[in-house]
Amino acid sequence: MTEVQLSKEVAEYTEVHRHPEPKSFIWKYIFSVDHKVIGIQYLLLAVVAVFVGMALSLLVRLRLVCPECSYPLLGQFFPVGAPEGVMTPEFYLAMLTMHGTVMVFMVLTTAPQGGFGNYFLPIQIGAADMAFPRLNMLSFWTTFVSFLLLMAAFVVEGGAPMSGWTGYPPLSAVPEATLPGIGQDLWLASIAVFCIASLLGALNFIVTTLDLRAKGLTMMRMPLTCWTWFVTAILGLLAFGVLLAAGVLLLMDRNVGTSFFVPAGLVVSDKVIDHSGGSPILWQHLFWFFGHPEVYIAILPGMGVTSHVLSTFARKTVFGYRAMVYAIAAIGGLGFVVWGHHMFVSGMSPYSAFVFSVLTMCIGVPSAIKTFNWIGTMWGGKIRFTSPMLYSIGFVSLFVSGGLSGIFLGQPTVDLYFHDTYFVVAHFHLIMGVAAIFGMFAGLTFWFPKMFGKMMNEPLSKIHFWITFVGVYAIFGPMHYLGMLPHPRRYAEITSVDYLGTGGAAELHMFITVAAVLTVLAQFIFLYNFVKSIFSGKECREENPWEATTLEWTIPSPPPHDNFAGKVPHVYRGAYDFALKGAKRDFAMQCNDDKAVYGEPAPQASGD
Amino acid sequence: MSEGHAATMTAPTWRGGGSPVAVGHKKLGMWLFIVSDSLTFSALLLTYSYVRVANDWPTPFHFFPSIVFSTIMTLVLLTSSLTMVYAVSAAHHGARRKAVKWIWATAFFGTAFVVLHGYEWMHLMVDEGMYPWANEYGTPLFGGTFFLITGLHMFHVITGVAYLGIVALGYRRGKWLPEDVEVAGLYWHFVDLVWMFVFPLIYLLSTSVD
Repeated sequence: MTEVQLSKEVAEYTEVHRHPEPKSFIWKYIFSVDHKVIGIQYLLLAVVAVFVGMALSLLVRLRLVCPECSYPLLGQFFPVGAPEGVMTPEFYLAMLTMHGTVMVFMVLTTAPQGGFGNYFLPIQIGAADMAFPRLNMLSFWTTFVSFLLLMAAFVVEGGAPMSGWTGYPPLSAVPEATLPGIGQDLWLASIAVFCIASLLGALNFIVTTLDLRAKGLTMMRMPLTCWTWFVTAILGLLAFGVLLAAGVLLLMDRNVGTSFFVPAGLVVSDKVIDHSGGSPILWQHLFWFFGHPEVYIAILPGMGVTSHVLSTFARKTVFGYRAMVYAIAAIGGLGFVVWGHHMFVSGMSPYSAFVFSVLTMCIGVPSAIKTFNWIGTMWGGKIRFTSPMLYSIGFVSLFVSGGLSGIFLGQPTVDLYFHDTYFVVAHFHLIMGVAAIFGMFAGLTFWFPKMFGKMMNEPLSKIHFWITFVGVYAIFGPMHYLGMLPHPRRYAEITSVDYLGTGGAAELHMFITVAAVLTVLAQFIFLYNFVKSIFSGKECREENPWEATTLEWTIPSPPPHDNFAGKVPHVYRGAYDFALKGAKRDFAMQCNDDKAVYGEPAPQASGD
Repeated sequence: MSEGHAATMTAPTWRGGGSPVAVGHKKLGMWLFIVSDSLTFSALLLTYSYVRVANDWPTPFHFFPSIVFSTIMTLVLLTSSLTMVYAVSAAHHGARRKAVKWIWATAFFGTAFVVLHGYEWMHLMVDEGMYPWANEYGTPLFGGTFFLITGLHMFHVITGVAYLGIVALGYRRGKWLPEDVEVAGLYWHFVDLVWMFVFPLIYLLSTSVD
């Protein structure tokens, strides 16, 4: 086993059991049980998926601004969906569906939790690995199978499904309603497999957080990142089981001849469908019981990273740490009782809608606590405007912008008008899509030196930040106006609708598409920066380049096989001890005892 | 995996102050699995309730054979839980051979349940013409919910029997610890508990009392 230089920061260690490092390539990098390798595998999967998802969104944008334009290359790949390069409306819907599915499941669910969580949760709590390393490996490879199943839907006869990422029946349940083929079945199989992978991962995260913390690391001393991964895992544990059940039911409707989601008397293409007894509303209940917590599964880790990074670069402790923890828990808890706000127009009783609406408004309270605490954290700080700091500030901005439109949509009366318009598209993209992605950018730039022992190119990151930040507002800002027209979402073209044509929708669509193309191009700056920095970035062998406080900054970069080389540090203080009075430095690491922080004699005991 | 390694994996490795749970990884993991799995079952039972209320639901099962037969199945499964309790108790008292015997007894009753259940399915399909997609009683969802929910439960029992077999072999060879027997017991009792919801909802409520 390689000898590891132990950090001078750590006041005291506990010896723990060590596992030998695997030697062969396959066990070290492919079927690895090392949480760091698995974390990077998740991240790479998400990077591949995010570029697939972006390409799909570009196709969607191109179809909207020019329904009859021909793209010969596309025609070669999809002779049915785009004959002679012209996208059919069905093809548009299929791309829309796959964009949503790939982004929500394979990017927003995998990267923040499976990627960063896997890599940094064990290190931040001072553990050598996750509680169940082999289960962890199984989670990733199951996710990978799910990704392959989803991609297979592109190439089978009939192509990808077109029922949206929400898979609403009867469109998703009645094969006669769409092009013949097994695209929807592959989609459902992919989702079901993904549910199992996520359940295994969630279980692992919860046990790890509860059972493996280093001596002295009480729950209320945990970094907020760990809190968000922990609460996200609880959400995943409770939500994915329900989606699994719903997916199995829908698969049976399509393949076994049951009719859980198909009502009697359904007529498709002048033909009565031979089903009776089911209800499409049932799917909506089951789906959104998962779907709403899923939104928080996507965004919570971004909140954790943002809190962490803001505190580190404002050189101030997190404002209201306890309030932040309670807000994370409250957002997670409330997430399970608001699913009905996705179904206000489903014929729901106004009394139910009222209850769901009030509960939805309640989420504004912890969200506002978090927002004001982020601002409070930065207030009066000695801010260092590094790229992770910029992305985190961007996260706060996008979270507020996307959150405010949520207050509109949470009112049943307003939602009747806005439902299924571009206003909704703008809302959820800003808050769950782009804000979460900014959380990932913050995490990636922040932890890059730890993961790879190199620095990313700061100027390139900053250029990327500004183009992307302006770009996403240019894309999703005008969509609010489109929604007010009201422009319905999921329509492949607007040319034959008068009020949209005269309302300026075509010009706005063109503006949005141009902005989208430029913003997507800017992502290649990040990709170039990321890949180039891994191979030939500026060397960064120091343990703690950002002068941060948590345990991952006490070990070498990149970390050795078992993180702390068989010795786990003791923890003496909370995660965000910056600007302490009388201290020797402007920060104190969690593993510094009072003697290391203040010298002798210690003037005061540090609280949590 | 050596005995020593197994010990480090199972024994509580808590070092973060006062432990709120005071259980090892595997036991905590099994409890969490049970939480998520019970949500899957809850979703299916809610689906059942939803479509039952929304339809004119038939109650075609007769006292004999359906109710009598399913009562025998219930007794077999409850007995298997009892033998599992003995297995866990014996394991914690260090009576390895006795514990292994009780685990095999549990697996036997689990298998008996599956065989009886399979026989009942065959009867319903062949004699009664009841299938997941159609039946002669009324709404086709009667068969759909019946086969889905009892089928998923049966899948859990089959998985459980295989799991018990692995634990019995591993524990006999000293590869696994008494706590592993207890964790398997948690799973087994959970599967039994699910049946205590399935039995009244799917069987007893499918018969008319007049």
